[in-house]
Amino acid sequence: MSLFSVFNVAGSALNAQTIRLNTTASNLANSESVSGDPTQVYRGRHPVFQAMMDDSDTSDLGQDASAGVRVLGIVESTTPPTMSYQPNNPQANKDGYVFTSNVNPIEEMTNMISANRSFSTNVEAINTARDLLLKTISMGH
Amino acid sequence: MFDNVFGIHEPALLLHGQRLSVLANNMANADTPNFKARDIDFAEVLSGSQGDAPLPVTVTNAAHISMSDGGLPAADLKYRNPYQASLDGNTVEMPVEQAAFAENNVRYQASLNFINSQISLLQYAIAGQ
Repeated sequence: MSLFSVFNVAGSALNAQTIRLNTTASNLANSESVSGDPTQVYRGRHPVFQAMMDDSDTSDLGQDASAGVRVLGIVESTTPPTMSYQPNNPQANKDGYVFTSNVNPIEEMTNMISANRSFSTNVEAINTARDLLLKTISMGH
Repeated sequence: MFDNVFGIHEPALLLHGQRLSVLANNMANADTPNFKARDIDFAEVLSGSQGDAPLPVTVTNAAHISMSDGGLPAADLKYRNPYQASLDGNTVEMPVEQAAFAENNVRYQASLNFINSQISLLQYAIAGQ
């Protein structure tokens, strides 16, 4: 792995954190949505991260060095939705109950803060690598 | 005579570059479950007491220039011990990584400065004025 690989690694991290921020925003937007059918109500979505392995044969650090992060997929939370008795709600089922989505806004806010910090740190890594490379290129001048 | 003009700083610079990518990879995987943070142990690698012998560059064509036996010192990746256990098995602690990153940055620039001053010394000697 050379200095140039830092751009790929940090770029993959920025992409992963952006996906995480997108799912957080989607969850927050739908946190109050209700439905009469528990299988139809919105469930919180979370991305699954996985470290990418370094496949290049030119890696000096061995085959078990990883090279960035990727999003395997987005899974829906299995927490059961909250039930509340609202017979006047047009979406209530025949017993008068509505199901609210299982999104916890506090948990989503902490996810957002964590994604924000990770994003800033990886931007910092890219800037530092760029500065060091520029200085190395102008070595001897 | 010119094999050793930059001394320890030539392999040190390459090693700092490698360490930069390892640390950047740690920071990229700060939220990946079960990811273990890695790092390069400098003292051991530079003293040449660990890992295999340095890899020479193989020459496949007579027109290629073969490098000296130095090459890139083989660096073994070690695992970092976390200060606190975490629920998802991830051992990356962002402040630790940021501190190591900043330190590596400074050492890289220090090696670069030394090499630059050696180069200007050589140019001074060559030009004679």
